[in-house]
Amino acid sequence: MTTKLFGTKVPRVEDQRFLRGRGRYADDVLVGQRVLHAAVLRSPHAHARILDIDVSGVLDVEGVHAVWTHEDLAGPMAEPLPLLIPHPALVHGRTQFALAKDEVNYVGEAIAFVVAEDRYVAEDAVGRIRVDYDYLPPVVGIPAARAATALVHEDVPGNIGARLEQENGDAHAAIASAPHTLSLDLTVERSACQPLEGRGTVARWDPDIDRMTVWTSTQTSTGVRGCVAVKLGLDLGQVDVITPDVGGGFGVKINHPWPEELLVPMAARALGVPVKYTEDRREHFISSAHERGQVHHVEVGYDDEGRILGLDVEFWHDHGAYSPYGLIVPIITSTQLLGPYKPANYRVVFESLFTNTVMVTPYRGAGRPQGCFVMERTMDAIAAALGKDRTEVRSANFIQPDEFPFDQGLIFQDGRELEYDSGDYPALLEKLKTLVGWDEFPAFREEMAAQGRRVGIGLACYVEGTGVGPYEGAHVHIETSGKVKVATGLTTQGQGHQTAFAQIVADALGVPFDRVEVVTGDTRRMPYAVGTFASRAAVMSGSAIHLAALRAREKVLRIAADALEADEADLEIVDGVVRVKGTESQLDLGTVAVISNPLRYAFDEASKAATQFSVGDPGKPPVAEDDEPGLEGKDFYSPERSTFASGMHAVIVETDPETAEITILKYAVVHDCGHLINPMIVEGQIHGGVAQGVGGALYERMVYDESGQLLNASFMDFLMPYVTEVPRGIDIDHLETPSPLNPLGIKGAGEAGVIPSAAVFAAAIEDAEGITITAMPISPSELFALRGQKETP
Amino acid sequence: MTEEIHDVRLQVNGASHSVQVPARRLLSDALRHDCGLTGTHVGCEHGVCGSCTVLLDGRPVRSCLMFAVSAQDADITTVEGLADEDDVLSPVQQAFSDCHGLQCGFCTPGFLTTITAGLRDNPDPTEDEARDMIAGNLCRCTGYQNIVSSVLRAAEITRERA
Repeated sequence: MTTKLFGTKVPRVEDQRFLRGRGRYADDVLVGQRVLHAAVLRSPHAHARILDIDVSGVLDVEGVHAVWTHEDLAGPMAEPLPLLIPHPALVHGRTQFALAKDEVNYVGEAIAFVVAEDRYVAEDAVGRIRVDYDYLPPVVGIPAARAATALVHEDVPGNIGARLEQENGDAHAAIASAPHTLSLDLTVERSACQPLEGRGTVARWDPDIDRMTVWTSTQTSTGVRGCVAVKLGLDLGQVDVITPDVGGGFGVKINHPWPEELLVPMAARALGVPVKYTEDRREHFISSAHERGQVHHVEVGYDDEGRILGLDVEFWHDHGAYSPYGLIVPIITSTQLLGPYKPANYRVVFESLFTNTVMVTPYRGAGRPQGCFVMERTMDAIAAALGKDRTEVRSANFIQPDEFPFDQGLIFQDGRELEYDSGDYPALLEKLKTLVGWDEFPAFREEMAAQGRRVGIGLACYVEGTGVGPYEGAHVHIETSGKVKVATGLTTQGQGHQTAFAQIVADALGVPFDRVEVVTGDTRRMPYAVGTFASRAAVMSGSAIHLAALRAREKVLRIAADALEADEADLEIVDGVVRVKGTESQLDLGTVAVISNPLRYAFDEASKAATQFSVGDPGKPPVAEDDEPGLEGKDFYSPERSTFASGMHAVIVETDPETAEITILKYAVVHDCGHLINPMIVEGQIHGGVAQGVGGALYERMVYDESGQLLNASFMDFLMPYVTEVPRGIDIDHLETPSPLNPLGIKGAGEAGVIPSAAVFAAAIEDAEGITITAMPISPSELFALRGQKETP
Repeated sequence: MTEEIHDVRLQVNGASHSVQVPARRLLSDALRHDCGLTGTHVGCEHGVCGSCTVLLDGRPVRSCLMFAVSAQDADITTVEGLADEDDVLSPVQQAFSDCHGLQCGFCTPGFLTTITAGLRDNPDPTEDEARDMIAGNLCRCTGYQNIVSSVLRAAEITRERA
């Protein structure tokens, strides 16, 4: 019997190449072959009119092949980049040009594109371009955007790109008649994904077959393919996009096309030589997307138990200079803010504001960390006002296990109802309290206080809509060698898809794990796909792969039953062999594959056995009318709506009474993502999310000055956690509430670790200090300043 | 404007590479683009992330902070040189596989080379020492939990294989 692999800690197959230095990332593609290298001139000003661009000195630089500015672009390339996710409320959506036309709106915006023999020379040439600017007043930060004394885009009044309101019930009336009310103002600052590999694109135009191949470090190869075809005036069928190994994404690589993803293939075709662009770290800081910056105002009315009767949230979202990704981030905040709770009445309204800073697209969590921060700060404030334990107030507001499916009465980011499919929040809370030692904490606090040490505990709960549509697909091909080749179109950035998806196929088909080979993100292998974001890969492609493998299995059994003269119901597939149960009669899958494809020509021993003279019934056509040759299965998974994972984090921190240094003593996570395909990979995702959350809560921020210069655009100044900043051990416990929406009962897990971080650290620091925390991230010096304000009111 | 080109001999993983490079060419670029050894990754180009760490005469150095011309005749080990001649993973590499010490794999070569040197100097580290050993390298995927475990596991494998 083949051992079931689903749910087991199978070691990752991709590690074998990564550990030997044989990964193939975008900048590794075509190494050793003739490739030209690109560099980009970027705006040094946050807001300016371009009066003139003088490139006359550029072509004198030896080794420079070409330079492009906007006036050299033609047709669709000269038009603004696509607005990927339009929304009726986004009345003033704006996108940039591949190369700036007339105006620049953030420091880092692409102005000119130079291609040369190597990157060094290309950068020399960029340095020779002279641009005359007419400076315009920059709009930096949400207060400046709201004040609107200056405008980012002169035709966008008030800098307001969109205003969207949703309401379930009558929040104002409920708050007005509630026994208790509170109001809170809560702020979260900007941060960014910062994958260790920045963006990178390589393109080769093959004039012999009129075909473009693009390798790009993306989270959506099909999305890039569509854009390249449209912008370059090629048919879709002329463009192949291959996603090589990707050195981390975390959201920033789902936005597309980045200017370079179009300029590189354009240049490759124009010059007849492959072209490569690799973003450097400073470029990543000033030209790839940021996220998180939001300011929120909360009005809440509640009863004596802490039950929320009415919740009214107004917030302002800083979406930077452009809005290519639509309103996804603020819509997620506005809906996922509700978490595991069911306020009786809820109204939310947000404004999405333009500023002269790097544009905003989703970063792991995508608006949920802010929503969780707002809701959990509100819960803590209610508990403090009522003098209740913080877990009691949460329990009073939980959706109960018998209330699923639970409709929150709002529209989610995918345009579908915000309806939770399953979950058990009271059980999660019990697990969390046990795991972190919630009830024992008061004694620990006293013990520490006796030593002159100051500690605090916090918790935060979240629900995450995962696995959004519209669909993913998969193709499973059993070769005559018995190897199983699997393709799904979404991409991989370290999640171990080659392993997790192979586990699913091995189980569904009954083949040894090491015979399954998975390819992701290659449009030649699966041209229909959406992308990797919103914790959707396992749910969407995992389900599609399972369904496709079952289709292949059906065909295996049909052919084998015929060949073995047995009933399909009597067959089983074990270790890649189809057997008639309880007999010696059997066929290996490779042979079934041979039989499935009647041939005229024998090119090897296997094909010799498959010539039309040796297989099939001579009285029938070699391929039946309703059949096709080959042993393949293809299927798509398209769910009605998202599936909702959930979790709760708790942290115990110590704050230094003198220096205000914040130290993590214990970090606990309980998590429910339904059935786990590979628990090792899921826990790795949680570890990484927690570390990114620690960064976001305590260290990382984008420091813009009033002129729109990013002051900390390097790893020396943007403080990403090293091992010295992350918790020493993360305690994890799982609950498995299967999703009823997909065949494997799975929910997404990729973003979970990062969602509650700002909320949980704010709660713990507040608990340690007795100072209300309303803005994150918080540094020791900021905490020190807050102490000073408390002492001198 | 013509750049002066220098002939440089780089000894990498026991093989000699003759490369012709301008003086400003970084060692990281020479290894990747001139020697074709793309296992060494460049994450920041300012010496902070550690992805480009290689062993230079046995010592871990950031190849993005060094010029190729300065590495003439030095003995360089990159990630491609860590497995043995039969392609068996080194103890550090094996430990990363055992402990799920990597996700996207981009920072991994820098950790592998750093830990290889670290364990040579301290073959039996405590957990604190293991954390110190990797405290100069950035990883954005793993939260370092399993990398710390990998250091300890690598020490164990080294003892098992001895």
